[in-house]
Amino acid sequence: MAAKTLTINGRQISAAEGSTILQAALDAGVSLPTLCHLEGVYDVGACRLCLVEVKGASKLVPACTTTISEGMEIQTATERLVKYRRITLELLFAERNHVCSVCVANGHCELQSLAFSQGMDHVRFEYIFPKWDVDNTHSLFGMDHNRCILCTRCVRVCWHIEGAGTRNVAGRGGQSKIITDLNTSWSESESCTSCGKCIQSCPTGALFFKGATVGEMVRDRSKLEFIVNAREKKLWVYQD
Amino acid sequence: MAKRILIDPVTRIEGHARISIHLDDDGRVADAEFHVVEFRGFEKFCEGRPMSEMPGITPRICGICPVSHLLASARAGDDILAVQIPAAADKLRRLMNLGQIIQSHALSFFHLSAPDMLMGWDAPPEQRNVFGLVASHSDLARAGIRLRRFGQEVIEILGGRKIHPAWAVPGGVRSPLTPEGQKQIKSWIPEAFSTTRLALDLFKQILDKNNNEMVWFGNFPSLFLGLVGPDGSWEHHGGKLRFSDSQGRVIADQLDPRHYAEWIGESSNSNSYLKSPYYLPLGIHGGMYRVGPLARLNVCERMGVPKADEELRQFKQLGKGAVTSSFLYHYARLIEMLAAVEFIQAYLDDADLFSTHLRADAGINNLHGVGASEAPRGTLFHDYTVDENGVLTKVNMIIATGQNNLAMNKTVAQIARHYIHGPEIPEPMLNRIEHGIRCYDPCLSCSTHAIGQMPLSIELLDVRGQVLDEVTRG
Repeated sequence: MAAKTLTINGRQISAAEGSTILQAALDAGVSLPTLCHLEGVYDVGACRLCLVEVKGASKLVPACTTTISEGMEIQTATERLVKYRRITLELLFAERNHVCSVCVANGHCELQSLAFSQGMDHVRFEYIFPKWDVDNTHSLFGMDHNRCILCTRCVRVCWHIEGAGTRNVAGRGGQSKIITDLNTSWSESESCTSCGKCIQSCPTGALFFKGATVGEMVRDRSKLEFIVNAREKKLWVYQD
Repeated sequence: MAKRILIDPVTRIEGHARISIHLDDDGRVADAEFHVVEFRGFEKFCEGRPMSEMPGITPRICGICPVSHLLASARAGDDILAVQIPAAADKLRRLMNLGQIIQSHALSFFHLSAPDMLMGWDAPPEQRNVFGLVASHSDLARAGIRLRRFGQEVIEILGGRKIHPAWAVPGGVRSPLTPEGQKQIKSWIPEAFSTTRLALDLFKQILDKNNNEMVWFGNFPSLFLGLVGPDGSWEHHGGKLRFSDSQGRVIADQLDPRHYAEWIGESSNSNSYLKSPYYLPLGIHGGMYRVGPLARLNVCERMGVPKADEELRQFKQLGKGAVTSSFLYHYARLIEMLAAVEFIQAYLDDADLFSTHLRADAGINNLHGVGASEAPRGTLFHDYTVDENGVLTKVNMIIATGQNNLAMNKTVAQIARHYIHGPEIPEPMLNRIEHGIRCYDPCLSCSTHAIGQMPLSIELLDVRGQVLDEVTRG
């Protein structure tokens, strides 16, 4: 595979043709904040946290879904990007009901960690305080839509790792909702195999093992990666 | 000409409150009311949450007694799961509750109330606080602050943090005591005994000087409610309810807390966010009862540990039947702290505390569950109704401070009648009225959840309800 040469933050690097900016950056040791990205499933560019500046492009582009090209000049941490990432995070917090102190994912939440790392010490937007329900009907799992950021990781793992196609998205904009089957309660889903992959994929406390209490939702993403590597690369042992 | 004096806020209590004093045509005190003017609303906004989250959410009601809510909530969860929790989990919960009783009682006595008793009722307000106490009685103040720290460390050692540990869960607890934790708690015991002894001796010395306060600070007949063991001994977690009267007679005993609604009625009043529970069989007028340290010592026959039992014997001599002066809440608090230290010492060598079999697992087996536990301020009830998926449809919490509402009103009226003569309110009188409230160590932040603000101001109203005088402290 041919290599492409490009610069990230002024540093010249090379990366395999067809790589995304995110892959190239991570390989070069440049970290980028991500939320909807999950190893093992394809990217959708939904969360807009990995936005980067590309010289000559009129708009910011998501690093996870933009393929590199020869001579690309990329900036990942400009003042403008820092400002936009923080706004994005604040809007995520304002949109639903994220109360870290009493959340099952407290201490193990990607949204919470990002808010820390991006210096989000407060939210400047008015909270909407929507009333979303909790689907606690499944015998093993629960879903609290109040804590959902619509990253669609659960939808992608359900369709493309498990192949069950139980999880879907309904609605538009901020009123979008992750549904099971054609919007039934989880316990009534005919397609759900109760595999629990969606639980392992969730970056926040939206999906949880039933009965979990504050801070108890520690997830093991390596289970998902293992399945994908086993299937695609025939790697049948855990990779550390 | 009508004049307004305002006491705002009532100081050295947990939360915000206001007092109105009503005068008759001759300018004498006719009645007084205690208003809680802050609103929390946990009962409403917890609806729709999974039941399992409640022991994480409800401790957030309070930074002073989070453990009380944690334990009552976990017990209500046990009831919904319909499980008997592992014995080790029950012992660990008890151990944490004892730590909670010590830290909260130490705060009430040393930080909030001792300044009045030791600096004097008429001391200038700028000295009558914990900083004044540090200046004048530095050893005592330091010992008191350290005693509170001991209680908080017990909580931290078990729950991972001093405030708001999410440690008890429906079905048990999340982690055991560690050998290091056991060693650390043990190292505190001699100092904890010595400080509780110091405080008890001191209180007994000042009791003679405070005879007036003992007679006028909430000294009236009422019922008393507390949890007791099967043999009528002092209980703080588990056990059954007992009501006794001011003659010391047991009027209802070994009541299952699950059926509290058969015995406790709740009335609400338009002028306060605090509900007024009463003993249902006697109605709101005859059914006033008190909870908390005074009540627990009145309803029980023994503490169950030798040093505190000796103190209880002396304490009970202060009343005919029951001890009826609310000023003696302070005394009862000290005896309970002593008992808590004794119980902690007695529990610590139990190998069960290191068990890792701590959590019973079950589905939703009851759609309704009640958890009762003795909070430092009195009996606390959490009552949850859930759907078949364990999502809450109704939450009722009966908070200790609420149960003392009728008695606090009566206490304020009694002190006002004794010390107010005419429309002017001198500051030291104001402090006595405030202290009448402090005796109960109320936690107003805990207690206002029903859907319906509280800096303390005192209003003096004439017979037509017109404000004559209002006192504020800026």
